[in-house]
Amino acid sequence: MPGASWIEPHPSGIYVKPADLWIDPSRPVARAAVTHGHADHARSGHGAVFATPETLAIMVLRYGVDAEATHNQAFAYGDGFERGGVRFSFHPAGHVLGSAQILMEYRGERIVVTGDYKRRADPTCAPFEVVPCDIFVTEATFGLPVFRHPPTGDEIAKLIGAVRAEPDRAILVGAYALGKAQRVIAELRGAGWDAPIYIHGALERMCALYAAHGVDLGELRLVSETDKAAMAGQIVIAPPSALNDRWSRRLPDPVTAMASGWMRVRQRARQRMVELPLVISDHADWDELTATIAEVNPKESWITHGSEDGLLRWCELTQRKARALHLVGRDLEEEV
Amino acid sequence: MKRFAALIDRLIYTRSRNSKLALIVDYLKHTPDPDRGWALAALTEALDFSAVKAGTVRTLLATRVDEELFRLSRHFVGDTAETAALLWPDAPGKSADLSISEAVDALAAASRSDAPAVVAALLDRLDADGRYALLKLALGGMRVGVSARLAKQAFAQAFGVPVDDVEELWHAIPPPYAPLFAWGEGRAPRPDLADVAFFRPFMLAHPLEEEVVDLADFAAEWKWDGIRVQIVHAAGATRIYSRGGEEISSAFPELVAAFDREAVIDGELLVRGEVQGGPETQGGAASFNALQQRLGRKTVSKKMLADYPAFVRVYDLLAVAGDDLRGLPWSERRRQLEAFVPRLAASHFDLSPLIAAADFNALADLRAGARDAAIEGVMLKRRDAPYVAGRRAGLWYKWKRDPLSADCVMMYAQRGNGRRASFYSDYTFGCWTETGELLPVGKAYSGFTDEELKWLDKFVRDNTVDRFGPVREVEKTLVLEVAFDSIHASKRHKSGLAMRFPRIARIRRDKPAEEADRIATLRGMVT
Repeated sequence: MPGASWIEPHPSGIYVKPADLWIDPSRPVARAAVTHGHADHARSGHGAVFATPETLAIMVLRYGVDAEATHNQAFAYGDGFERGGVRFSFHPAGHVLGSAQILMEYRGERIVVTGDYKRRADPTCAPFEVVPCDIFVTEATFGLPVFRHPPTGDEIAKLIGAVRAEPDRAILVGAYALGKAQRVIAELRGAGWDAPIYIHGALERMCALYAAHGVDLGELRLVSETDKAAMAGQIVIAPPSALNDRWSRRLPDPVTAMASGWMRVRQRARQRMVELPLVISDHADWDELTATIAEVNPKESWITHGSEDGLLRWCELTQRKARALHLVGRDLEEEV
Repeated sequence: MKRFAALIDRLIYTRSRNSKLALIVDYLKHTPDPDRGWALAALTEALDFSAVKAGTVRTLLATRVDEELFRLSRHFVGDTAETAALLWPDAPGKSADLSISEAVDALAAASRSDAPAVVAALLDRLDADGRYALLKLALGGMRVGVSARLAKQAFAQAFGVPVDDVEELWHAIPPPYAPLFAWGEGRAPRPDLADVAFFRPFMLAHPLEEEVVDLADFAAEWKWDGIRVQIVHAAGATRIYSRGGEEISSAFPELVAAFDREAVIDGELLVRGEVQGGPETQGGAASFNALQQRLGRKTVSKKMLADYPAFVRVYDLLAVAGDDLRGLPWSERRRQLEAFVPRLAASHFDLSPLIAAADFNALADLRAGARDAAIEGVMLKRRDAPYVAGRRAGLWYKWKRDPLSADCVMMYAQRGNGRRASFYSDYTFGCWTETGELLPVGKAYSGFTDEELKWLDKFVRDNTVDRFGPVREVEKTLVLEVAFDSIHASKRHKSGLAMRFPRIARIRRDKPAEEADRIATLRGMVT
C-alpha cells in the first residue's frame, strides 16, 4: 500500500493505529474523532468523542446525553491533542457550523482528513483553511466536471424573485435540517429579506443552536403555529422529506423549491418534483475540488465518498498520485 | 438565447398546463421577431438541422473534455445535450447574447463537415443554460411538455386572436411565422392560404349523457376505433394531420400517394382487419392495437405496409376543388361526400355508412350490439349543423358503448403530480391467476372524487408493506371496481392484457379481495 502505514482506511471509517482511534466511524467505537455533525459522519454510541465544541453541541442535540459524557473532549479551531505519538488538530472546513478538517502529525508525516468541505463563503461557519500535508484525504461528492455551482447570490435572488412572482403561494424550500437550512436563512437575511421565515418543526432546535452560537437568523416562526393564509407570499423552510408529504398541505398552494448541489442536473430536479431548483451546496464543486488539491499539493490524495472515479481521473491527467477509498454509508443525498 | 433558455428551464419545472401557457404567452409578447418564431418552432419540434446530430456533439466534446470524464458525466446525467452543456468550458470574457436567429442561420447553413466547428463557435458564446437551450434547439428532444395545441393557444392568448384561426394559419406558414405575428399584432391582414395544404381544426363531439335526441334532426353513424385524421390536398401536396394538427404524413405514404383530389376530408384512420364491424359488412377494420404498430414512425418498411395496411373511413368533406364547404349544413356536405368518395381509390378510402334506425330506441338497441361488433359506439350529428371547430353544444354527440368493468385488487400506489403531489393517486391493480397469484392488469389515476382520493391516500399510507423509490406496495386487501373501454392482448404485460382508458368506478370496501375477478374472466372480454 502506498503512503503512510500508520492509518488504515476501512469501509467503516479511517483507523489511526498508533492512537487506537477512528475518524468518522460509521459504527460505535471506543474513541472517535468527528469532523462534523451530519449523521453519516457523527454516529451515536462512541465511548469518547473528540470534536469541535459546535460539533459536540450538535451531537448532544441529536443524540442526547450519551454525547455529553465527561470523556468527550472539545477543541477550538487550531487546537488539538496528542495520543499514541500522534498529534491531532482541528481546522475549519467551511462545510457547516463546527465542521473541521482533522490534521494528524506522526513521525514527521502530515495527513489531513477533510470530512466534507466547500470553498465559497458561508455566513454560518468559518471558512476553509488550506492545511499543507503529505496525504490529503478529500471528499468527492461532486467529483464530476458537470458540477459547477453558480454564485450563491444568484440562487438567492432567484428564490426572492419567485416569492415576488407568486404572492398568493408559499415558497417551500427543501433544505437539510443541519447546515443547509440555516445557511439559506442567513443568505436570505444577507440579501435583505427581513420578513419572518416560516420553518418546519424539525428545524426548530437546530436553528436555535445556530443562533446560540452567534449566527443571526432573524425572526423564525413555526408553520404549525401559523394560519395557512398568512404564509402566502412567504418563504417556508422544511427538510426535503417534507416537500411532498402530507405536511405540505398546510401551506397555501406551495411552490416546491429545493436547495441542493444535485439541482444542477435537470432530470434530478424533475424526479424530485421540484418546481424551483436552487443550486446551493455545502460541498465543493468540481472546480473547488480540483483547485483545492492543486493548492494543498499533497504527495498523495485519497478520495472518498462521491464520484471518486471522476476526481481520480483528473489526478491521473494532472499526474498526481491518488487512490480511491471506498467508505460505506457516505451518500446521504439529502445533506448536500 | 438567455430569455429562451430561461423559458425552457421554467417550462421543464412547471407542471401545470395553465402556468406553462402563461410563461409562453409572456415570452411571445416580450420577445422580438424572428426569435420568438424560432422559439415557438423549437418548442413544438418543428425544426430539423440535418447536419447536426448527437454524434456531432460527442465528437466535438472530445476536443475540449477528456473522454473518460465525459463518459462518467454522461452516465450520471443521462442526457447528451445536458452533459455537453454542463461540461463545455466557459469561454473567457463576456460576449453579447447570441440571438436565436443567428444560431438558427448558422445551424441551417452548416454542412456535415463544418457542423462541429459551427456548433463550437456558438457554444463559446453562451453560458451553461444557454448551451443547453442551443443544443436542445439543434438536436430536438426538448421534452418541456408543450404540445402544438398548447403553443397555438398561447399564441391566441398573447395576441387576442381566435385559436381556430391560429390553428388554420399555423400549418400553412413556415417558421419563424413572421406573417402570423404580423397578423396577430394587427400589423397585417390575415395571410391568404389559397395554395397551401393547411390544417382545419376538427369539429368535436360532446358525450351524450341523459339526453334523448330525435333522429329526424340527427343522423347516426358508427364511431370507429382508430384515430381521427384530416387529409388535405392542395397545390399538388398531400398532408395528413392528426387530432392536434400534428402532421403524420410520413407514417402513411400509401395514403399520401392515393389521395390525389383537390379536397379536404375528415375520417377515421384504421388498419384492415376483421375485428371491427366484421368482414361481411364492409371491409372490416383491425383493433386499435394493430393501428398502433403504424403510429409514430418516420419511415415505414414494406413489411409494415403489407402487415398493417391502412385505410381511411371518411366521415366528412370540408373542401373540394377550392370551395370551403364548412359553412354548409351537414346534410349538404354528406350529399357531396357520397358523390366524392367513389372517386377515390377504394383500396384506401371508403364511406362511413349511416345507421338506419327507425327511432332513438331502435338506435339504442343497435348501440347495445356495438360491443359484439367491436365498435367504439355511435356518433350523432345534427343534420343542419355547419362544420365548426371544437366542441359546440348540441351539434355533435358521441354515444360510446357502455364500459366494461372488473373487480380488481390494489397492488401498488404512486404519488401524483402538481396539486396531487402529496397524494397517492396512481394505482396499479391486479386480478387473480388460476394458481391464486395476483398479476397487475392495469393502472388508473382518475374516476374518484376528492373525498375518495383522501380515503385512498390514507389507505395506502396505512397499509404499505414495501417501498420501491416512489412506489408503495400495499396490503392486497382493497377491491377497486375498474371501468374500461376495452381490453386487448398485450405482450408487454405479464398478465398478457392491456386495458384502454381504465378508471376507478367504485371503491368496493364491502368485497373481500379473494372475490375479485380472475385473469381468465378478463381474457374473455378481449377484442
